[in-house]
Order: sequence, then structure tokens, then C-alpha cells
Amino acid sequence: MNQVNHINQAVFAVRKRTNAIGLFLSMAAMTLGMLFLLWILSILFIKGFSAINWAMFTASTPAPGSEGGGLANAIVGSMMLIGCCTLISTPIGVLAGLYLAEYGDRSKVAGITRFVTDIMLSAPSIVIGLFVYALVVAQVRHFSGWAGTIALALIAIPVVVRTTENMLQLVPGSLREAAYALGTPKWKVAFWITLRAAKSGVITGILLALARISGETAPLLFTALNNQFFSTNMNAPMANLPVVIFQFAMSPYDNWVSLAWGGSLLITFAVLGLNILARVVFREKVQG
Amino acid sequence: MRTVFNANQNQEAQILTDTLIDNLTETNSFILTNALEIKNLNFFYGSYQGLKNINLNIQEQKVTAFIGPSGCGKSTLLRSINRMYDLYPGQRAEGEILFYGENILAPKQDLNLLRSRIGMVFQKPTPFPMSIYENIAFGVRLYEKLSKAEMDERVEWALKKAALWGEAKDKLKQSGLSLSGGQQQRLCIARGVAVKPAVLLLDEPTSALDPISTGKIEELINELKNEYTIAIVTHNMQQAARVSDFTAYMYLGELVEFGKTDEIFIKPKRKETEDYITGRFG
Amino acid sequence: MHLAALNSAMPSSRAIRVAKLQRVQDFLFHRVTQFFAMLVLFALLGIIASLLINAWPALHEFGFGFFIDPEWDIGKDKFGGLIAIYGTVVTSLIALLIAVPLSFGIAVFLTEICPGYLRRPLGTAVELLAAVPSIIYGMFGLFVFAPIFADYIEPALAATLGKIPLIGLLFSGPANGIGMLCAGLILAMMILPFIASVMRDVFEIVPPVIKESAYGIGCTTWEVVSKIVFPYTKAGVIGGIMLGLGRALGETMAVTFVIGNALRLSPSLFAPGSSIASTLANQFGEAAPGLHFSSLFALGLALFVITFIVLALAKWMLARMEEKQGLKS
Repeated sequence: MNQVNHINQAVFAVRKRTNAIGLFLSMAAMTLGMLFLLWILSILFIKGFSAINWAMFTASTPAPGSEGGGLANAIVGSMMLIGCCTLISTPIGVLAGLYLAEYGDRSKVAGITRFVTDIMLSAPSIVIGLFVYALVVAQVRHFSGWAGTIALALIAIPVVVRTTENMLQLVPGSLREAAYALGTPKWKVAFWITLRAAKSGVITGILLALARISGETAPLLFTALNNQFFSTNMNAPMANLPVVIFQFAMSPYDNWVSLAWGGSLLITFAVLGLNILARVVFREKVQG
Repeated sequence: MRTVFNANQNQEAQILTDTLIDNLTETNSFILTNALEIKNLNFFYGSYQGLKNINLNIQEQKVTAFIGPSGCGKSTLLRSINRMYDLYPGQRAEGEILFYGENILAPKQDLNLLRSRIGMVFQKPTPFPMSIYENIAFGVRLYEKLSKAEMDERVEWALKKAALWGEAKDKLKQSGLSLSGGQQQRLCIARGVAVKPAVLLLDEPTSALDPISTGKIEELINELKNEYTIAIVTHNMQQAARVSDFTAYMYLGELVEFGKTDEIFIKPKRKETEDYITGRFG
Repeated sequence: MHLAALNSAMPSSRAIRVAKLQRVQDFLFHRVTQFFAMLVLFALLGIIASLLINAWPALHEFGFGFFIDPEWDIGKDKFGGLIAIYGTVVTSLIALLIAVPLSFGIAVFLTEICPGYLRRPLGTAVELLAAVPSIIYGMFGLFVFAPIFADYIEPALAATLGKIPLIGLLFSGPANGIGMLCAGLILAMMILPFIASVMRDVFEIVPPVIKESAYGIGCTTWEVVSKIVFPYTKAGVIGGIMLGLGRALGETMAVTFVIGNALRLSPSLFAPGSSIASTLANQFGEAAPGLHFSSLFALGLALFVITFIVLALAKWMLARMEEKQGLKS
């Protein structure tokens, strides 16, 4: 009897120890991860807030060496780029998502498109910038807000397509069947019944796409470029926050670096805000 | 409402009525026409055969019930009539279904037009994500152009037909999803009735409902059959006996027996039918 | 009675007209949505085509040796991609080495250890952090992390690991903070929340019944994780890691700020280097048409091909996990 207990105890002790070590390491990983990320965010808030003042929103980017200045042109430029991009990518993404959801089960094209969409979701955004440069900028020989919009759209569209398709597929088949049973043509079933039922999910997808492109820098580097002055001309280089931050951060000027932090904070607010909004919209529908 | 168990009490009255109808039938045989004639219907889910050589007629303005154990093919049959299976690649039907003489299994049949004349109510209540008024107006608007006043009238008429007007008339603008389960199903029936189809297919319409709602809907069916041809699938035999004029018993994709409901339930011709009805099987 | 029934069985002439119109509308709906769906396909093909076309002059000039040539000399118009490719691969590997175990730990914590009421908020926090743009990490790296790295961590590493023969080479040289190791670490911080989310999602797919049966026979939490959850989700975990790798390979801003942008190879991780993305970010703006321009495109092509392969493999692994799940559940 004693011998049996003895053996069991030893094995059990080892297992208990392994468990304790494993769990401890997990908790340590979580803590470490959270600490790092809290560190980053707190630095961002501290340095960013100190840069925020009224001028940041009213004055344009300062010339090298000059004092003060703001980010007004970059803020407006970013909003225009993101706005135009949303206008383009939403219909394209939703319609493509509709195709995949409604015709996807009987089409090989659909399978390939899904695969490609997933690849594009994680594709390096700088390569997309290269592509749009070759496609647009090199042809017309100047940078433009439109080129930047196209580059951002190429990143946003896969997000919208994916979420739209997933949300549409969640709509129960019985609802679709009920509509067909009345003699509803396919396009009306898709728009008035299925899409309507999936409305909040689709909006969530659009918001997530917005959040994603708000923080993208690389695709704008060679397309919209940047503009030192205030301009709303989409046909010319467009000021935007990410590229401004990129330029200002690596510079020797203090006010430029400070503005870079301010801009970083603004972008982070926008991105996190949109993400949270998307979650709220989705949760409301699921509960309601 | 007739029930099997009250058969004895009603028998005398029933014999009288039957004789009357038989006499009428002989002299006015063109009055009783078949709304649907199913000829040699075979149905396949991929390589699996769900229906084997079904032949039967569904008379207009009568209620025809389909009973049988799970998987016998009764829902498959119903869904062949409005070509619902067309939505799913891999499902196909062979044979003929004549709808007032027109073969609706023909490839050039316009499915949307067909489904506007043959309506369906499903087992699960499926209100559209819109207001109660819109739920009903949606189907009507597909093929008819009505003024606002006419539409209001039609919505009211349909809701009254479905015995939902009293409960719904003050909340027409509210979402269809705000109704209870039984109310939602009646909304679906109102929706189906509003477009004035010739045939109404009911696929286990009360199996998801409580007894009171079930009772209300059975009353409805009795009323509706004065204007519509109704085919109802039910796994509840007593319901079939209560509401239908004709009953078809199906098993494993085959039509075992078909005839007047009273005959089927009181004196079935086939032993399999009798076994199922008396509960010895299924 | 019969005539009324017959009347409702026949469609009105209006209905017939409407039905004809609907057939046209449905056809248009099919084609239009199909066209937009194929736009994504066209975009991908366009990307590959334009990369190939623009990279061709360089590839033609240098041949495939371009990818293993360590010389990148703008003045002499001679270009080789090895420095950039080396930088991309090394920083990504460092990032994975650090991020994967940490992500695993975080995912285990979120699914097994975390008290119920904290699970949603912490999970959401991790997801939100995955959404923070990379330029923020770049700023943090350049202004905060790199100096600390230079003052404390690098000397410590040099004093300990730097003394070991062979491995010590990795930790030799001047410690300026900015360099490959720093870039790898910043990259690790960046992909950490992403991989953690994916792993957590993958772990949550395990049917609770399976875990409960394991707990039921007396398994410890760690045993359930290592012997039940992980084998069950192995393909998904690997898929998630490869997704993270794909992200790390293509990352521009987080890396460009702190990698140093040097155009030479060095065995030390302390030394500055370049990644493909950082090279493009820094040089494309001023590249004159010609071999420089074309070589940059060749780099872009290399990056795209590597990422494509990694992502395709990741998708395949995740699909395999879903398949297996279908078989098991």
C-alpha cells in the first residue's frame, strides 16, 4: 500500500509542478505583453497630449526650420482620402460580398476570389503602393490624392468583401426561402431581405475597413505623397497624417517631432474609436 | 371541426352530406378540378433518391394533407411543387407536375411567376426584417400596383384572414420581429395569403407553436379552403384528420395510400397505413 | 367557384410583364456583382503583372543572382537584393521567436486561466491593440525604446551572450540601439496581439466537452492545454503563426524607424540593416528611372512572392484545421 502511494505522489508532484510552471509562464506572458503595450500607449498619450493645442488643428504643416505650425492640412487631407476611399470601396466591397454569398456555392470563380481576397487582406501594403504608382502615378506623371485613394481602396475592399460575405452567410436560409416563396426575384431577395437582415454586420465591416486604412502609411508614400500646404485638390499631392508623421519623426526639428507625436495620437484615437464603434454597432444588433 | 373520435356522432350527418356531394359531382363534374396533377415524380438529392414515382392529384379548394414518419419525403414533395429545390445545386426532380394543365417542372417555367401563384408557409416563422405592414406589402408590391389606400385595404384584409388584425392593427409600423411566435406564424400566413395565390403550401405550419396558436391556425385553414387550394404537411396525425379533406400517407419516398381523409383514418386500404395511424409504427 | 380559382391561378398580364423585367434585372445583378468580385482577382493579377514588368530590367540585367547579391550601390548602378532580403527575414524571425511563445501564453491565459468576468474585456483589449497602426510602434521604437535598448539592454546582452563563442558574434559591435535586434523586438510587439488573437480564436473552437472529459479524469490545466487543446488545434496554431509571419514580413513603418537603413550586411544583430519594406520606403521617392527604380521593384516582387507563399500556406493550414474539425464534430 505504502509503495503505491509513494509512486503516485512522486508522479503527481511532477505533474503539479509542470502545471504550476506552465501556468506561471502563461500569466507572465500575459503580464509582459500587457505591460509593453500599456507602456507604448501611455507614452503615446503623454507625448501626444503635450503636442495638442489649438494650432495643431488650424495651422498647416510648418516649413523646415520654422517655428510652430500645425497639422490642419494633413488632417483635412487624411479625411478626404479616407472619405473618398470609403465611397469607392463600400459599394464595390458589398456587391462583391453579395456575389460570393449568393452565387458562391455554384461557382469556381467564387472560390478563387475568396482565396485571393484573403491574400490581399494580409498583403504588404507597400507593394500595393508600388502597384498604384506604376498604374496611376507613372502614367499621369504626378502624384495625386486619387492615386492614394485607389491604393487605400485596394486595402479596404478585401476587408469589406470578407465581412460582408460572412455576415450575409449568417442570415438563415429560411428567411431567404420565405422571400423566394413569394416569387421575389433574386436581386430583391439579396437587397431587401438578406442584406437588410445583415445590415449591422455589414456596417461593422465597413467601419473596420475604415479603421484599418486610417493608420496605413506605406500605400500613401508613393501615391498621394505629401503636401506642405493646405490643399483640397485631389488631383495633386495630398497632405496626410501618416506620411507627415513619417517625415517629421526622423527630422532634427523639435516642433516637427512634437507634431509627429500629436499626429500619432490623433490617428490612434481615430483607429481605436472606429474599432470600438464597430463593436458597439454589432453588439447592439446581436442583442436587439 | 371534425375529429376522428367524434366520427360516430357525425356519421349520419356525414352520410347525408357525402351523398349530396356525390350527386353534385356526377352532374357537375367539371366543378371539381385538379389544381395540381403530379405524374411520375422522382426526386434526387445528388445520388440519393428522395421521392419514388409519385402519382397523385390535388383537388382545388380542398385541403390535402401529407402524413408519414420523418424522412418519408412529404416536405420534399411539397417543395417540389413550388420548385424551392431549385435554389440548391445538386437537387433535381424528374417527371411532371401539372398546375392547371401547365407543367411546372419544365425548364422554361418562370419560377418567380410560379411562386407568386403557389405560396408557401414554413415550419419556422420567418418575418422579414421590416414592419408588419411592410412584411405584407412586400409580396403584394412584387406583381401588383396598388395605391396607398388599396394597399392599406389589402394589408387589413390579409391580417383579418390570418386572424391577426385585432392584435396587430395598432402596431403596423412595428417590426415583424416584435410579435410572439404564434403571431409571427400568422403574419407569415397573412403574407402568403395577401398575394392571393391559387395554392397555399403549408409545411408543418404549427409544429413550432403552442396548442392555442395551433388551434387558431387550424381554424384559419378551414376558412381559407373556401378560396384557396391547400396542401399541408404535418407530422401530427390528429391535425391531418381535423383539417383535411384528402390525406396522403407516405413512407420512404413512396406514396403508400391516398384518399379521402375519413376513409384513410377509419378504414385504410393498406396495412402499412393502418399500422402508422394506429401508432403501431412510426 | 372553379372560375375564381382558375382566375387566380393564371398570372395577370401585368405580372407577366413584371416577370420578364425581373429576369433581366436578375441577370444584371449576377453580372454586375460578379464583375466587382472579379475586380479583386484583377487587382492581384495586376499587382503581379506590374511588379514583373517593372522589375524586368533589373532582373534581366542582374539575373536571379540579384537576390543573393549583397552589393547595393546607387552610384555604381549596381544592385543586389541580399541585404534587404536578409534584413526582412532576420527581423521577422526575431519577431516570431519572441512573439509566438508570448502569444501562446496569452492565448492560454485568456482561454483557461482568466476569470470569467475579465475574459471579454481583456480579450477585447488584445484585439484593439492588434489594430493600433504600425507607425505608432515605429514612433515608440525610435524615441523611447531604442535609447533604452542602447543604454541598458544591449550592453547587458553583449556582456552575457556576447561572450559565448559563435553566438557572441550576433551581439558584437557598437550598441547604438537602432538596428536589426531592435527592429525585431519592435516588430514582435507589433505582431504579438495579432497572433495572440488568432491563437485565442483557434483555442476557443475546441469543443468544451473534450476539455471537460480531460479535466474529469484529473488532468491539470497545463496538461489539458498541451495534450488536448494544442494537438487539436495544431494546424490552426501554425496557420496563425504564419499569418503573423506574413504580416511581419511586409511591415514597413515599425521597421523603417528603427532598423537603421544601412546598406551593408553584418553578422551582428546590433548593427543597422535594411528590410525590403524599409528600402522601398526610403529610396523609392528619389529613385530615378533606370536600374535603381527597377531593382526596387524587383525587391517588391521578392517581398510579394515570399508573403504570398507564406499566406497561402497559412490559409491551407487553417483550412485543414477546419476540415479536421468537421470530421471530429
